[in-house]
Amino acid sequence: MDAILFFLFATLTVICAINMVLQRHPISSALSLIGVMGSLAVLYLLLGGEFIAMAQLIVYSGAIMVLFLFVIMLLNSGAEPKRNRHKILLFLGAPLLVILLGLVGYFIQTQIPANEMVKFGSWESGPGKPAFGSPQNVGMSLFTSYLLPFEITSVLILIAILGAIVLARKEID
Amino acid sequence: MDFMILSLIKLGLVLFIFMTALAYIQWIERKVIAHVQLRVGPKRVGPHGLLQPLADVIKLITKEGMVPSHVNHVFYYLAPFVAVFFALIPISFIPFGQANVKIPFTDITTNMELTDLNIGLLLILGLSGMGVYGIALAGWASNNKYSLIGGLRSSAQMISYELPMALALVSPLLMLNTVSLRELVNGQEGFYFNVIPRWTIFLMPAPQILSFIIFMIAAFAETNRVPFDLPEAENELVAGFHVEYASMKFAAFFMAEYANMVTVCSVATLLFLGGWHPIVVPAIGDWIPALVHIGGGAICLYHGLVQPARKWDNITLPVFGVAFIGAGLLFCIPIVQQLLAPVFWFTAKLLILLFVFIWVRATLPRFRYDQLMRFAWLFMFPLALVNLLITGLLVAATTN
Repeated sequence: MDAILFFLFATLTVICAINMVLQRHPISSALSLIGVMGSLAVLYLLLGGEFIAMAQLIVYSGAIMVLFLFVIMLLNSGAEPKRNRHKILLFLGAPLLVILLGLVGYFIQTQIPANEMVKFGSWESGPGKPAFGSPQNVGMSLFTSYLLPFEITSVLILIAILGAIVLARKEID
Repeated sequence: MDFMILSLIKLGLVLFIFMTALAYIQWIERKVIAHVQLRVGPKRVGPHGLLQPLADVIKLITKEGMVPSHVNHVFYYLAPFVAVFFALIPISFIPFGQANVKIPFTDITTNMELTDLNIGLLLILGLSGMGVYGIALAGWASNNKYSLIGGLRSSAQMISYELPMALALVSPLLMLNTVSLRELVNGQEGFYFNVIPRWTIFLMPAPQILSFIIFMIAAFAETNRVPFDLPEAENELVAGFHVEYASMKFAAFFMAEYANMVTVCSVATLLFLGGWHPIVVPAIGDWIPALVHIGGGAICLYHGLVQPARKWDNITLPVFGVAFIGAGLLFCIPIVQQLLAPVFWFTAKLLILLFVFIWVRATLPRFRYDQLMRFAWLFMFPLALVNLLITGLLVAATTN
Protein backbone atom coordinates (compact mmCIF):
# COMPACT_ATOMS: atom_id res chain seq x y z
CA MET A 1 0.00 0.00 0.00
CA ASP A 2 2.79 2.38 0.96
CA ALA A 3 4.69 1.55 -2.20
CA ILE A 4 1.62 2.08 -4.41
CA LEU A 5 0.93 5.46 -2.79
CA PHE A 6 4.58 6.42 -3.08
CA PHE A 7 4.78 5.63 -6.79
CA LEU A 8 1.45 7.32 -7.45
CA PHE A 9 2.39 10.56 -5.77
CA ALA A 10 6.03 10.53 -6.83
CA THR A 11 4.89 10.24 -10.45
CA LEU A 12 2.35 12.97 -9.86
CA THR A 13 5.05 15.23 -8.42
CA VAL A 14 7.31 14.71 -11.42
CA ILE A 15 4.49 15.14 -13.94
CA CYS A 16 3.33 18.35 -12.24
CA ALA A 17 6.91 19.66 -12.11
CA ILE A 18 7.47 18.98 -15.83
CA ASN A 19 4.07 20.45 -16.65
CA MET A 20 4.96 23.59 -14.71
CA VAL A 21 7.97 24.19 -16.97
CA LEU A 22 6.16 23.23 -20.18
CA GLN A 23 2.99 25.28 -19.70
CA ARG A 24 3.11 28.65 -21.38
CA HIS A 25 0.42 30.27 -19.32
CA PRO A 26 1.59 31.55 -15.89
CA ILE A 27 -1.66 30.48 -14.15
CA SER A 28 -1.30 26.90 -15.42
CA SER A 29 2.31 26.86 -14.23
CA ALA A 30 1.29 28.13 -10.79
CA LEU A 31 -1.43 25.48 -10.50
CA SER A 32 1.04 22.76 -11.48
CA LEU A 33 3.34 24.04 -8.74
CA ILE A 34 0.46 23.67 -6.26
CA GLY A 35 0.16 20.07 -7.45
CA VAL A 36 3.88 19.54 -6.78
CA MET A 37 3.57 20.98 -3.26
CA GLY A 38 0.50 18.89 -2.43
CA SER A 39 2.08 15.65 -3.69
CA LEU A 40 5.23 16.40 -1.69
CA ALA A 41 3.06 16.76 1.41
CA VAL A 42 1.72 13.24 0.79
CA LEU A 43 5.30 11.95 0.43
CA TYR A 44 6.17 13.49 3.82
CA LEU A 45 3.09 11.80 5.27
CA LEU A 46 4.33 8.43 3.94
CA LEU A 47 7.59 9.00 5.81
CA GLY A 48 5.63 9.64 8.99
CA GLY A 49 6.31 13.38 9.25
CA GLU A 50 2.73 14.47 9.85
CA PHE A 51 3.53 17.92 11.11
CA ILE A 52 5.96 18.67 8.28
CA ALA A 53 3.41 17.45 5.75
CA MET A 54 0.77 19.75 7.16
CA ALA A 55 3.20 22.68 7.34
CA GLN A 56 3.97 22.03 3.67
CA LEU A 57 0.26 22.08 2.88
CA ILE A 58 -0.56 25.17 4.93
CA VAL A 59 2.51 27.30 4.18
CA TYR A 60 3.49 26.33 0.63
CA SER A 61 0.34 25.24 -1.15
CA GLY A 62 -1.90 27.36 1.07
CA ALA A 63 -0.22 30.71 1.64
CA ILE A 64 2.76 31.15 -0.68
CA MET A 65 1.07 29.85 -3.81
CA VAL A 66 -1.96 32.06 -3.16
CA LEU A 67 0.45 35.00 -3.20
CA PHE A 68 1.94 33.75 -6.50
CA LEU A 69 -1.52 33.41 -8.01
CA PHE A 70 -2.50 36.80 -6.63
CA VAL A 71 0.44 38.53 -8.30
CA ILE A 72 -0.11 36.72 -11.61
CA MET A 73 -3.80 37.64 -11.59
CA LEU A 74 -3.05 41.23 -10.61
CA LEU A 75 -0.59 41.68 -13.46
CA ASN A 76 -3.02 39.78 -15.71
CA SER A 77 -0.18 38.46 -17.86
CA GLY A 78 -1.20 36.35 -20.83
CA ALA A 79 0.38 33.26 -22.31
CA GLU A 80 4.02 33.58 -23.35
CA PRO A 81 4.57 33.69 -27.11
CA LYS A 82 6.24 30.61 -28.53
CA ARG A 83 9.76 31.35 -29.62
CA ASN A 84 11.42 29.52 -32.45
CA ARG A 85 14.42 27.66 -31.21
CA HIS A 86 17.04 25.87 -33.21
CA LYS A 87 16.42 22.15 -33.62
CA ILE A 88 20.11 21.61 -32.92
CA LEU A 89 19.63 22.72 -29.28
CA LEU A 90 17.18 19.87 -28.75
CA PHE A 91 19.65 17.35 -30.15
CA LEU A 92 22.42 18.70 -27.94
CA GLY A 93 20.28 19.19 -24.83
CA ALA A 94 18.59 15.80 -24.58
CA PRO A 95 21.80 13.72 -24.33
CA LEU A 96 23.28 16.24 -21.86
CA LEU A 97 20.20 15.91 -19.64
CA VAL A 98 20.41 12.12 -19.74
CA ILE A 99 24.13 12.26 -18.83
CA LEU A 100 23.43 14.65 -15.95
CA LEU A 101 20.61 12.51 -14.53
CA GLY A 102 22.78 9.40 -14.88
CA LEU A 103 25.66 11.04 -13.01
CA VAL A 104 23.35 12.24 -10.22
CA GLY A 105 21.85 8.76 -9.91
CA TYR A 106 25.28 7.17 -9.87
CA PHE A 107 26.60 9.45 -7.14
CA ILE A 108 23.52 8.96 -4.98
CA GLN A 109 23.87 5.19 -5.39
CA THR A 110 27.55 5.14 -4.45
CA GLN A 111 27.81 7.92 -1.86
CA ILE A 112 24.88 6.97 0.37
CA PRO A 113 25.22 3.56 2.06
CA ALA A 114 22.19 1.32 1.77
CA ASN A 115 21.59 1.10 5.52
CA GLU A 116 21.06 4.86 5.73
CA MET A 117 18.19 4.75 3.24
CA VAL A 118 15.00 6.40 4.42
CA LYS A 119 12.15 3.93 4.70
CA PHE A 120 8.40 4.37 4.85
CA GLY A 121 7.34 5.59 8.27
CA SER A 122 10.92 6.08 9.45
CA TRP A 123 9.98 9.37 11.13
CA GLU A 124 7.13 7.77 13.04
CA SER A 125 7.16 7.09 16.73
CA GLY A 126 7.53 3.48 17.71
CA PRO A 127 8.30 1.58 20.89
CA GLY A 128 11.51 3.12 22.19
CA LYS A 129 11.81 5.41 19.19
CA PRO A 130 11.17 9.17 19.47
CA ALA A 131 8.65 10.60 17.02
CA PHE A 132 10.71 12.70 14.67
CA GLY A 133 7.75 14.13 12.77
CA SER A 134 5.52 15.11 15.69
CA PRO A 135 4.86 18.79 16.43
CA GLN A 136 6.58 18.44 19.82
CA ASN A 137 9.80 17.12 18.31
CA VAL A 138 9.89 19.57 15.44
CA GLY A 139 9.42 22.40 17.94
CA MET A 140 12.09 20.97 20.23
CA SER A 141 14.73 20.70 17.53
CA LEU A 142 13.77 24.09 16.10
CA PHE A 143 14.29 25.83 19.45
CA THR A 144 17.30 23.89 20.69
CA SER A 145 19.70 22.39 18.12
CA TYR A 146 18.70 24.65 15.22
CA LEU A 147 17.90 27.85 17.12
CA LEU A 148 20.60 29.98 15.48
CA PRO A 149 19.80 29.05 11.85
CA PHE A 150 16.11 29.53 12.65
CA GLU A 151 16.64 33.02 14.04
CA ILE A 152 19.05 33.99 11.25
CA THR A 153 16.47 32.91 8.66
CA SER A 154 13.92 35.25 10.20
CA VAL A 155 16.40 38.14 9.96
CA LEU A 156 17.08 37.18 6.35
CA ILE A 157 13.37 37.28 5.53
CA LEU A 158 13.09 40.65 7.27
CA ILE A 159 15.91 41.99 5.07
CA ALA A 160 14.14 40.67 1.98
CA ILE A 161 10.91 42.41 3.01
CA LEU A 162 12.76 45.68 3.64
CA GLY A 163 14.46 45.35 0.25
CA ALA A 164 11.13 44.80 -1.47
CA ILE A 165 9.65 47.86 0.22
CA VAL A 166 12.66 50.03 -0.71
CA LEU A 167 12.47 48.86 -4.34
CA ALA A 168 8.71 49.27 -4.62
CA ARG A 169 8.46 52.62 -2.80
CA LYS A 170 7.44 55.55 -4.91
CA GLU A 171 9.82 58.50 -4.89
CA ILE A 172 8.16 61.43 -3.15
CA ASP A 173 8.94 64.68 -4.89
CA MET B 1 -14.57 -6.17 6.27
CA ASP B 2 -16.77 -5.10 9.18
CA PHE B 3 -14.75 -1.92 9.32
CA MET B 4 -15.40 -1.23 5.63
CA ILE B 5 -19.17 -1.76 5.92
CA LEU B 6 -19.38 0.26 9.13
CA SER B 7 -17.37 3.10 7.57
CA LEU B 8 -19.58 3.12 4.48
CA ILE B 9 -22.74 3.24 6.60
CA LYS B 10 -21.31 6.08 8.70
CA LEU B 11 -20.18 7.90 5.56
CA GLY B 12 -23.64 7.65 4.02
CA LEU B 13 -25.31 8.80 7.21
CA VAL B 14 -23.01 11.76 7.76
CA LEU B 15 -23.22 12.78 4.10
CA PHE B 16 -27.02 12.63 4.09
CA ILE B 17 -27.38 14.61 7.33
CA PHE B 18 -24.73 17.13 6.31
CA MET B 19 -26.21 17.78 2.86
CA THR B 20 -29.72 18.16 4.28
CA ALA B 21 -28.39 20.44 6.99
CA LEU B 22 -26.61 22.59 4.38
CA ALA B 23 -29.89 23.10 2.52
CA TYR B 24 -31.79 23.86 5.71
CA ILE B 25 -29.18 26.27 7.10
CA GLN B 26 -30.04 28.39 4.11
CA TRP B 27 -33.76 28.15 5.01
CA ILE B 28 -32.94 29.11 8.62
CA GLU B 29 -30.86 32.03 7.38
CA ARG B 30 -33.66 33.37 5.19
CA LYS B 31 -36.20 32.97 7.97
CA VAL B 32 -34.02 34.62 10.64
CA ILE B 33 -33.07 37.54 8.42
CA ALA B 34 -36.71 37.96 7.43
CA HIS B 35 -37.83 38.08 11.05
CA VAL B 36 -35.04 40.55 11.95
CA GLN B 37 -36.30 42.78 9.15
CA LEU B 38 -39.99 42.30 10.12
CA ARG B 39 -40.85 40.12 7.10
CA VAL B 40 -42.11 36.53 7.09
CA GLY B 41 -39.55 35.01 4.72
CA PRO B 42 -40.20 31.92 2.58
CA LYS B 43 -43.58 30.39 3.43
CA ARG B 44 -45.28 29.36 0.19
CA VAL B 45 -43.63 25.98 -0.42
CA GLY B 46 -44.77 23.56 2.26
CA PRO B 47 -45.74 24.53 5.83
CA HIS B 48 -43.70 27.58 6.88
CA GLY B 49 -41.66 27.27 3.68
CA LEU B 50 -40.06 24.06 4.94
CA LEU B 51 -39.90 22.55 1.45
CA GLN B 52 -38.27 25.69 0.01
CA PRO B 53 -34.71 24.18 0.08
CA LEU B 54 -35.97 21.20 -1.93
CA ALA B 55 -37.61 23.51 -4.45
CA ASP B 56 -34.38 25.55 -4.69
CA VAL B 57 -32.31 22.43 -5.32
CA ILE B 58 -34.68 21.24 -8.08
CA LYS B 59 -34.65 24.70 -9.63
CA LEU B 60 -30.84 24.90 -9.60
CA ILE B 61 -30.42 21.39 -11.08
CA THR B 62 -32.90 21.88 -13.91
CA LYS B 63 -31.71 25.38 -14.81
CA GLU B 64 -29.84 25.87 -18.06
CA GLY B 65 -26.12 26.18 -17.31
CA MET B 66 -25.20 29.10 -19.50
CA VAL B 67 -21.48 29.56 -20.21
CA PRO B 68 -20.31 32.95 -21.50
CA SER B 69 -18.18 32.76 -24.63
CA HIS B 70 -15.26 34.77 -23.24
CA VAL B 71 -14.30 32.54 -20.31
CA ASN B 72 -11.22 30.35 -19.95
CA HIS B 73 -13.01 27.00 -20.23
CA VAL B 74 -10.70 24.68 -18.27
CA PHE B 75 -10.40 26.86 -15.20
CA TYR B 76 -14.01 28.05 -15.44
CA TYR B 77 -15.22 24.47 -14.97
CA LEU B 78 -12.45 23.55 -12.51
CA ALA B 79 -13.13 26.38 -10.03
CA PRO B 80 -16.52 25.25 -8.60
CA PHE B 81 -15.17 21.72 -8.18
CA VAL B 82 -12.14 22.99 -6.26
CA ALA B 83 -14.30 25.19 -4.04
CA VAL B 84 -16.80 22.49 -3.15
CA PHE B 85 -14.17 19.74 -2.79
CA PHE B 86 -12.07 21.57 -0.22
CA ALA B 87 -15.20 22.75 1.60
CA LEU B 88 -16.74 19.28 2.03
CA ILE B 89 -13.59 17.24 2.87
CA PRO B 90 -12.89 18.76 6.35
CA ILE B 91 -16.21 17.45 7.71
CA SER B 92 -14.78 13.92 7.66
CA PHE B 93 -12.17 14.81 10.34
CA ILE B 94 -14.57 16.44 12.79
CA PRO B 95 -15.53 14.33 15.83
CA PHE B 96 -19.08 14.93 17.00
CA GLY B 97 -19.41 12.47 19.88
CA GLN B 98 -17.57 10.16 22.23
CA ALA B 99 -15.10 7.47 21.20
CA ASN B 100 -15.79 3.73 21.44
CA VAL B 101 -19.55 4.05 21.60
CA LYS B 102 -21.36 0.72 21.69
CA ILE B 103 -24.24 0.57 19.23
CA PRO B 104 -27.36 -0.82 20.96
CA PHE B 105 -28.44 -4.44 20.22
CA THR B 106 -25.07 -5.24 18.60
CA ASP B 107 -21.56 -5.75 19.90
CA ILE B 108 -20.01 -3.22 17.54
CA THR B 109 -18.18 -0.26 19.02
CA THR B 110 -17.33 2.76 16.93
CA ASN B 111 -16.15 6.37 17.20
CA MET B 112 -18.63 9.16 16.58
CA GLU B 113 -16.68 10.55 13.64
CA LEU B 114 -15.49 9.40 10.23
CA THR B 115 -11.72 9.39 10.76
CA ASP B 116 -9.60 10.07 13.82
CA LEU B 117 -6.38 11.87 12.89
CA ASN B 118 -3.66 12.90 15.30
CA ILE B 119 -3.16 16.08 13.24
CA GLY B 120 -6.83 16.71 12.50
CA LEU B 121 -6.79 20.41 13.28
CA LEU B 122 -3.76 21.13 11.07
CA LEU B 123 -5.30 19.23 8.17
CA ILE B 124 -8.53 21.20 8.47
CA LEU B 125 -6.51 24.44 8.48
CA GLY B 126 -4.55 23.34 5.41
CA LEU B 127 -7.60 22.22 3.46
CA SER B 128 -9.65 25.31 4.25
CA GLY B 129 -6.65 27.38 3.12
CA MET B 130 -6.79 25.57 -0.23
CA GLY B 131 -10.44 26.56 -0.65
CA VAL B 132 -9.43 30.05 -1.73
CA TYR B 133 -8.17 28.67 -5.05
CA GLY B 134 -11.75 27.93 -6.07
CA ILE B 135 -12.77 31.54 -5.59
CA ALA B 136 -9.58 33.05 -7.03
CA LEU B 137 -9.72 30.82 -10.12
CA ALA B 138 -13.42 31.51 -10.63
CA GLY B 139 -12.71 35.23 -10.54
CA TRP B 140 -9.85 34.99 -12.98
CA ALA B 141 -11.31 32.43 -15.41
CA SER B 142 -14.55 34.39 -15.82
CA ASN B 143 -12.56 37.00 -17.72
CA ASN B 144 -14.66 39.79 -16.30
CA LYS B 145 -13.37 42.78 -14.37
CA TYR B 146 -15.90 42.48 -11.55
CA SER B 147 -15.14 38.79 -11.11
CA LEU B 148 -11.41 39.44 -11.16
CA ILE B 149 -11.66 42.13 -8.47
CA GLY B 150 -13.79 39.76 -6.39
CA GLY B 151 -11.26 36.96 -6.72
CA LEU B 152 -8.32 39.24 -5.89
CA ARG B 153 -10.10 40.66 -2.85
CA SER B 154 -10.92 37.20 -1.65
CA SER B 155 -7.37 35.86 -1.87
CA ALA B 156 -5.84 38.95 -0.21
CA GLN B 157 -8.43 38.87 2.55
CA MET B 158 -8.03 35.18 3.22
CA ILE B 159 -4.25 35.40 3.51
CA SER B 160 -4.52 38.37 5.85
CA TYR B 161 -7.08 36.81 8.16
CA GLU B 162 -5.42 33.40 8.22
CA LEU B 163 -2.64 34.86 10.40
CA PRO B 164 -4.76 36.06 13.35
CA MET B 165 -6.91 32.94 12.98
CA ALA B 166 -3.95 30.56 13.22
CA LEU B 167 -2.44 32.55 16.11
CA ALA B 168 -5.76 32.43 17.96
CA LEU B 169 -5.88 28.66 17.45
CA VAL B 170 -2.39 28.14 18.87
CA SER B 171 -3.34 29.28 22.40
CA PRO B 172 -5.81 26.44 23.14
CA LEU B 173 -3.32 23.98 21.63
CA LEU B 174 -0.67 25.29 24.04
CA MET B 175 -2.96 24.83 27.01
CA LEU B 176 -4.17 21.34 26.09
CA ASN B 177 -0.84 20.19 24.60
CA THR B 178 -2.14 18.29 21.55
CA VAL B 179 -3.32 18.84 17.95
CA SER B 180 -5.74 15.92 17.74
CA LEU B 181 -9.32 17.21 17.81
CA ARG B 182 -10.55 14.31 19.95
CA GLU B 183 -7.74 14.82 22.49
CA LEU B 184 -8.47 18.55 22.54
CA VAL B 185 -12.09 17.93 23.49
CA ASN B 186 -11.16 15.25 26.03
CA GLY B 187 -8.88 17.81 27.70
CA GLN B 188 -11.86 20.08 28.31
CA GLU B 189 -13.88 17.61 30.35
CA GLY B 190 -14.94 18.39 33.90
CA PHE B 191 -16.16 21.36 35.93
CA TYR B 192 -14.75 23.92 38.33
CA PHE B 193 -16.73 23.82 41.65
CA ASN B 194 -19.30 21.65 39.80
CA VAL B 195 -20.60 24.80 38.06
CA ILE B 196 -18.18 26.32 35.54
CA PRO B 197 -17.32 23.93 32.71
CA ARG B 198 -13.61 23.48 32.00
CA TRP B 199 -13.98 24.64 28.39
CA THR B 200 -11.01 26.46 26.91
CA ILE B 201 -12.75 29.82 27.20
CA PHE B 202 -12.91 29.29 30.98
CA LEU B 203 -9.88 27.03 31.44
CA MET B 204 -7.28 28.11 33.98
CA PRO B 205 -4.57 29.49 33.94
CA ALA B 206 -5.39 31.52 30.83
CA PRO B 207 -9.08 31.70 29.84
CA GLN B 208 -9.22 32.02 26.06
CA ILE B 209 -12.20 34.36 25.66
CA LEU B 210 -10.09 36.84 23.69
CA SER B 211 -8.74 34.24 21.26
CA PHE B 212 -12.27 32.86 20.82
CA ILE B 213 -13.47 36.31 19.74
CA ILE B 214 -10.47 36.77 17.43
CA PHE B 215 -11.11 33.34 15.92
CA MET B 216 -14.77 34.10 15.28
CA ILE B 217 -14.01 37.47 13.65
CA ALA B 218 -11.37 35.87 11.44
CA ALA B 219 -13.83 33.09 10.63
CA PHE B 220 -16.27 35.66 9.28
CA ALA B 221 -13.55 36.92 6.94
CA GLU B 222 -12.40 33.43 5.95
CA THR B 223 -15.90 32.39 4.93
CA ASN B 224 -16.54 35.69 3.09
CA ARG B 225 -19.55 36.52 5.22
CA VAL B 226 -21.00 39.91 6.14
CA PRO B 227 -19.43 42.22 7.39
CA PHE B 228 -16.39 40.97 5.44
CA ASP B 229 -18.14 39.85 2.24
CA LEU B 230 -16.13 42.21 0.03
CA PRO B 231 -15.49 39.50 -2.64
CA GLU B 232 -19.20 39.47 -3.48
CA ALA B 233 -20.18 43.02 -2.54
CA GLU B 234 -23.23 43.35 -4.77
CA ASN B 235 -23.38 47.14 -4.84
CA GLU B 236 -19.82 47.46 -6.15
CA LEU B 237 -19.09 44.18 -7.95
CA VAL B 238 -22.53 42.96 -9.16
CA ALA B 239 -21.98 39.57 -7.49
CA GLY B 240 -18.20 39.38 -7.25
CA PHE B 241 -16.38 36.21 -8.23
CA HIS B 242 -19.51 34.28 -9.30
CA VAL B 243 -21.02 36.83 -11.70
CA GLU B 244 -20.61 34.53 -14.69
CA TYR B 245 -21.78 31.34 -12.99
CA ALA B 246 -25.29 29.89 -13.21
CA SER B 247 -27.24 26.75 -12.27
CA MET B 248 -25.27 23.97 -10.51
CA LYS B 249 -21.94 25.77 -10.91
CA PHE B 250 -23.35 28.66 -8.92
CA ALA B 251 -24.91 26.24 -6.44
CA ALA B 252 -21.45 24.71 -5.87
CA PHE B 253 -20.09 28.05 -4.64
CA PHE B 254 -23.18 28.54 -2.54
CA MET B 255 -22.79 25.10 -0.99
CA ALA B 256 -19.06 25.66 -0.40
CA GLU B 257 -19.80 28.86 1.53
CA TYR B 258 -22.25 27.14 3.85
CA ALA B 259 -20.03 24.07 4.26
CA ASN B 260 -17.14 26.36 5.23
CA MET B 261 -19.38 28.04 7.78
CA VAL B 262 -20.22 24.67 9.32
CA THR B 263 -16.53 23.72 9.38
CA VAL B 264 -15.31 26.87 11.16
CA CYS B 265 -18.19 26.71 13.62
CA SER B 266 -17.36 23.06 14.36
CA VAL B 267 -13.71 23.94 14.94
CA ALA B 268 -14.73 26.78 17.27
CA THR B 269 -17.05 24.42 19.14
CA LEU B 270 -14.39 21.75 19.51
CA LEU B 271 -11.55 24.08 20.45
CA PHE B 272 -13.20 26.71 22.60
CA LEU B 273 -16.63 25.49 23.69
CA GLY B 274 -15.80 22.01 24.92
CA GLY B 275 -17.12 20.00 21.98
CA TRP B 276 -19.74 17.48 23.11
CA HIS B 277 -19.39 18.10 26.85
CA PRO B 278 -22.59 19.45 28.43
CA ILE B 279 -22.77 22.96 29.86
CA VAL B 280 -23.86 21.68 33.31
CA VAL B 281 -22.79 18.57 35.24
CA PRO B 282 -23.75 15.39 33.31
CA ALA B 283 -26.26 14.31 35.98
CA ILE B 284 -28.44 17.26 34.95
CA GLY B 285 -26.96 17.84 31.49
CA ASP B 286 -27.99 14.45 30.16
CA TRP B 287 -31.66 15.33 30.75
CA ILE B 288 -31.54 18.73 29.07
CA PRO B 289 -31.91 17.33 25.51
CA ALA B 290 -35.19 15.67 26.52
CA LEU B 291 -36.36 18.85 28.28
CA VAL B 292 -35.53 21.06 25.28
CA HIS B 293 -37.37 18.80 22.86
CA ILE B 294 -40.45 18.39 25.07
CA GLY B 295 -40.49 22.13 25.79
CA GLY B 296 -40.29 22.94 22.07
CA GLY B 297 -43.09 20.44 21.40
CA ALA B 298 -45.24 22.03 24.10
CA ILE B 299 -44.76 25.51 22.61
CA CYS B 300 -45.73 24.15 19.17
CA LEU B 301 -48.84 22.48 20.58
CA TYR B 302 -49.86 25.64 22.45
CA HIS B 303 -49.49 27.86 19.38
CA GLY B 304 -51.16 25.29 17.14
CA LEU B 305 -54.17 24.33 19.25
CA VAL B 306 -54.82 27.37 21.47
CA GLN B 307 -53.51 30.35 19.49
CA PRO B 308 -53.26 29.51 15.76
CA ALA B 309 -51.89 32.73 14.19
CA ARG B 310 -52.25 31.67 10.55
CA LYS B 311 -54.58 29.54 8.50
CA TRP B 312 -52.81 26.17 8.55
CA ASP B 313 -51.19 26.48 11.96
CA ASN B 314 -53.78 24.34 13.74
CA ILE B 315 -52.74 21.40 11.52
CA THR B 316 -48.98 21.87 10.96
CA LEU B 317 -47.85 23.02 14.41
CA PRO B 318 -49.42 20.11 16.39
CA VAL B 319 -47.69 17.66 14.01
CA PHE B 320 -44.32 19.29 14.74
CA GLY B 321 -45.20 19.41 18.44
CA VAL B 322 -45.93 15.69 18.60
CA ALA B 323 -42.73 14.94 16.64
CA PHE B 324 -40.67 17.05 19.07
CA ILE B 325 -42.23 15.45 22.14
CA GLY B 326 -41.58 12.03 20.61
CA ALA B 327 -37.91 12.94 20.12
CA GLY B 328 -37.82 14.26 23.68
CA LEU B 329 -39.24 10.98 25.06
CA LEU B 330 -36.67 9.10 22.95
CA PHE B 331 -33.94 11.05 24.78
CA CYS B 332 -35.32 9.73 28.09
CA ILE B 333 -34.41 6.12 27.17
CA PRO B 334 -31.01 5.47 28.85
CA ILE B 335 -29.39 3.74 25.84
CA VAL B 336 -30.38 6.50 23.41
CA GLN B 337 -29.45 9.14 25.95
CA GLN B 338 -25.92 7.77 26.29
CA LEU B 339 -25.56 7.54 22.54
CA LEU B 340 -27.07 10.82 21.42
CA ALA B 341 -26.73 13.31 24.29
CA PRO B 342 -23.11 14.22 23.30
CA VAL B 343 -24.20 14.61 19.67
CA PHE B 344 -27.03 16.84 20.86
CA TRP B 345 -24.65 19.09 22.80
CA PHE B 346 -22.23 19.34 19.89
CA THR B 347 -25.05 20.17 17.47
CA ALA B 348 -26.58 22.69 19.86
CA LYS B 349 -23.32 24.63 20.22
CA LEU B 350 -22.74 24.44 16.46
CA LEU B 351 -26.22 25.78 15.72
CA ILE B 352 -25.82 28.64 18.22
CA LEU B 353 -22.58 29.70 16.49
CA LEU B 354 -24.28 29.42 13.07
CA PHE B 355 -27.10 31.55 14.41
CA VAL B 356 -24.51 34.19 15.40
CA PHE B 357 -23.25 34.18 11.81
CA ILE B 358 -26.79 34.77 10.50
CA TRP B 359 -27.57 37.32 13.19
CA VAL B 360 -24.47 39.35 12.29
CA ARG B 361 -25.40 39.20 8.61
CA ALA B 362 -28.82 40.64 9.40
CA THR B 363 -27.38 43.37 11.62
CA LEU B 364 -24.03 44.78 10.48
CA PRO B 365 -23.17 46.81 7.37
CA ARG B 366 -20.20 45.94 5.17
CA PHE B 367 -16.65 47.18 5.81
CA ARG B 368 -14.72 49.26 3.29
CA TYR B 369 -11.79 47.33 1.82
CA ASP B 370 -9.02 49.47 3.34
CA GLN B 371 -10.77 49.30 6.72
CA LEU B 372 -10.85 45.53 6.41
CA MET B 373 -7.13 45.29 5.75
CA ARG B 374 -6.18 47.82 8.43
CA PHE B 375 -8.34 45.98 10.94
CA ALA B 376 -6.60 42.68 10.16
CA TRP B 377 -3.00 43.87 10.23
CA LEU B 378 -3.02 46.70 12.76
CA PHE B 379 -5.55 45.40 15.27
CA MET B 380 -6.28 41.67 15.06
CA PHE B 381 -2.74 40.49 14.36
CA PRO B 382 -1.02 42.34 17.28
CA LEU B 383 -3.89 41.41 19.59
CA ALA B 384 -3.58 37.73 18.71
CA LEU B 385 0.21 37.90 19.22
CA VAL B 386 -0.15 39.51 22.65
CA ASN B 387 -2.77 36.95 23.61
CA LEU B 388 -0.48 34.12 22.54
CA LEU B 389 2.42 35.63 24.51
CA ILE B 390 0.37 35.96 27.69
CA THR B 391 -1.01 32.44 27.31
CA GLY B 392 2.46 31.06 26.74
CA LEU B 393 3.81 32.82 29.83
CA LEU B 394 0.96 31.64 32.04
CA VAL B 395 1.18 28.07 30.77
CA ALA B 396 4.96 28.05 31.30
CA ALA B 397 4.57 29.50 34.80
CA THR B 398 2.01 26.92 35.93
CA THR B 399 3.49 23.75 34.39
CA ASN B 400 6.82 22.35 35.45
